[in-house]
Amino acid sequence: MTQRYVFVLAVLLTLAGFAMFVYKWQVLGFPLSENQETPVWTIESAISFDSGPGSIKVNLHIPTLTPGFRQLNENSVSRGYGFSLNYGSGGREAQWAIRRADGRQTIYYRISVFEDAGAEQADTTPPFPPPPAINEPFKTAVDVIIADVREHSADTTSFTTELLRRLNDPSPDPNVELLLSDVESETNFVDAATMMLAAARIPARMVRGFGLSGRQRSADLEPWLEIHDGDRWRFFNPTTGEENLPDRFFIWWRGNEQLINVEGGSNVEVDFAIQEAHLDAVAIAKSQSAKGGASLFDFSLYSLPIQTQAVYAVLLMIPIGALVMVVMRNIVGIDAFGTFMPVLIALAFRETKLIWGIVLFSVLIALGLSIRFLLERLRLLLVPRLSAVLIVVVILMLLISLVSHKMGMETGLSVALFPMVIIAMTIERMSVVWEERGAADAMRGGGGSLLVATIAYIFMGLSWLEHLVFTFPELLLAVLALVLLAGRYTGYRLLELGRFKALAGN
Amino acid sequence: MFAAAKKLREAGVLGLNERNAEFIMRLNPRRLYPRVDDKALTKQLALEAGMAVPDLYGIIDNQGDVRRFAEIVTDHDSFVIKPAQGSGGDGILVITGRSKRKRDCFRLSSGVLITEAEIAHHLSNIVSGQYSLSGNPDKALIEYCVHFDPIFAEVSYQGVPDIRVIVYRGYPAMAMVRLPTRASDGKANLHQGAVGAGVDIAMGETLTGVLKNDVVEDHPDTGALIAGLKIPQWDFILESASRGFEVTGLGYLGVDMVIDADRGPLMLEMNARPGLNIQIANGTGLSKRISRIDEVYDAKATPAERAAIARREFSADRQLQML
Repeated sequence: MTQRYVFVLAVLLTLAGFAMFVYKWQVLGFPLSENQETPVWTIESAISFDSGPGSIKVNLHIPTLTPGFRQLNENSVSRGYGFSLNYGSGGREAQWAIRRADGRQTIYYRISVFEDAGAEQADTTPPFPPPPAINEPFKTAVDVIIADVREHSADTTSFTTELLRRLNDPSPDPNVELLLSDVESETNFVDAATMMLAAARIPARMVRGFGLSGRQRSADLEPWLEIHDGDRWRFFNPTTGEENLPDRFFIWWRGNEQLINVEGGSNVEVDFAIQEAHLDAVAIAKSQSAKGGASLFDFSLYSLPIQTQAVYAVLLMIPIGALVMVVMRNIVGIDAFGTFMPVLIALAFRETKLIWGIVLFSVLIALGLSIRFLLERLRLLLVPRLSAVLIVVVILMLLISLVSHKMGMETGLSVALFPMVIIAMTIERMSVVWEERGAADAMRGGGGSLLVATIAYIFMGLSWLEHLVFTFPELLLAVLALVLLAGRYTGYRLLELGRFKALAGN
Repeated sequence: MFAAAKKLREAGVLGLNERNAEFIMRLNPRRLYPRVDDKALTKQLALEAGMAVPDLYGIIDNQGDVRRFAEIVTDHDSFVIKPAQGSGGDGILVITGRSKRKRDCFRLSSGVLITEAEIAHHLSNIVSGQYSLSGNPDKALIEYCVHFDPIFAEVSYQGVPDIRVIVYRGYPAMAMVRLPTRASDGKANLHQGAVGAGVDIAMGETLTGVLKNDVVEDHPDTGALIAGLKIPQWDFILESASRGFEVTGLGYLGVDMVIDADRGPLMLEMNARPGLNIQIANGTGLSKRISRIDEVYDAKATPAERAAIARREFSADRQLQML
């Protein structure tokens, strides 16, 4: 019965731990491994214009959403201008306003974005567009083309592809030629395509943006065609008719409105510069969870002050050490002094490093033991004797530090990191075992402690494990589950297989 | 590795983890532990239940009383000092006599002399809790030193050989004789180097021995053959061991008995976490016997009846036939 409770509890703990882990990993984007970096693009639009005599109002279309991208942050640099964000028909718009300004003005708008495959386009389904009012003779040309294209297509997607193919035909039919007669730029071309799609009652719009790649001094906006197939938005290359959106294509704004509108200014120029940087994925995840209101779920240690973080980075490894301890004691069956002594020694090893740690630990225990045997002759009572051992340990630590410093070995200084109370208790315990059961048993216990400490140190020092536990502390629930399961492990210990070998023979 | 574990499982060998989780935790409620961990209390309860135990000369339970030591032992030349809450035989002093010249100088079982001052230091160590399981202040018991029956004289090196019986739910499940060696300093604990010899429960006869984890035919110090010794008053020993269940209420219990030359079998102490080497000494696993006891278990059976059932069920010959 107990067995089942423990099992169910362990499963629940593991599930809870892993659920939180997956949420933070997949939704909040916490990285699985250390130093995982995500490219972040900062796009800066510099708007410059000559100020007129009166008040100035600048309206700039700014990015609303692009599938596959998430916004990290945005800001605007504009001395003396009032700034506001509005929603217009083409998405978000930034507005700067000032009562009066002199000379040439420059305003900066900057946005940082990063790729996130999970960022879906949360756009609404648009209504069917009203048939555009088109004058003759264009209306007839449009009708003919639409009827013809409809004949050669099955659905909105193939309709769009077919339409674009015809519009791009190097030897176009007369109707197309007529329609495209006053098309001068690619933007006009996409505009015309949008108009024709609207005439076929297909919601379509122009999007403009650029492919993000590396560093670009001045990026050109490319028009792209977006149609809604009744289910979701699809993107089409206006020149080839292929349905796709280029890699890392970042949409600046949608619709056929002008990018910028400056009231009270002239000679407007907008320049885009793109810069690629690599940011720590943790930092991005952190800023995202803060922004998304997920902080309620996010007990992230990254929100703590740096110094506290450093403390927890170490503390969180103690459960790992405890797990190693449980496995070594209950499943392997190694003898060690004290329940958690090896874990604490392993913590000290983190600072002293393994070889020096073992050397210093052995020297300290050996010296302590010899002095403890001298104390034995004084016939001290228990508590005073333990205190005496503790004081001796402190003095020994001091001496080791001083001697090693004089000899120019700075590692010896780290002996002070050993938990002295634990060392004192170990010396006491070891000397009692030595007297009662002989040197062999005492050595075995001491060696076992050192072995377990070394193994615990190796596991507690795995940097990927440290990162994982620090970033996803909920994984400790799974560690707890493992320890609970080990608590009900009733199989043989590994060393018992050897111990009872005589019984397996017959 | 898994094959080895499977073999042990088939041989019915009980492992430490299983012993702890399945038997000690299930059958030995923690509130009953003081009944075996405090030897003064064990002795009192055993006397009330009519078990034979070594006489108690005195108890020293505070540092001030350490002075009373000489007074307690004035009439006794041999005695044993043990911590009431000691474990594994640690802290036990066996005094077999006094020095002829100085009355305040005592002879240990090893023959070494020890002064009264040294004993007093040992007593205050005990009282301050050096040997107690919890490290809490303890009591020192001074009691009758068993003059052991010559039956085991050939196969012990000093000290007192004792008989350990594992009692499962009141039924004796397995037994062994623990024989002190030079290495164990006269103590009868296996992990200190004593030899354990399995006992055929049906016949009360010793089988081969085990030293540390190895099977041995004869005693390492005396060289005498260990097997084939007939233990006197075996019925009484088994019945006393069974009675340990009534005294302690522990379902998984080790009862340690000694055979005194004058007074017969005496119960020395009981243990709530008896070790598992007894299986090596007997060359068989405990699990099979435990499940057999579960089959024949009768809550109303008296200690004598339970001892009789154990004699019927657990013969070494029968085990061999089963294998």
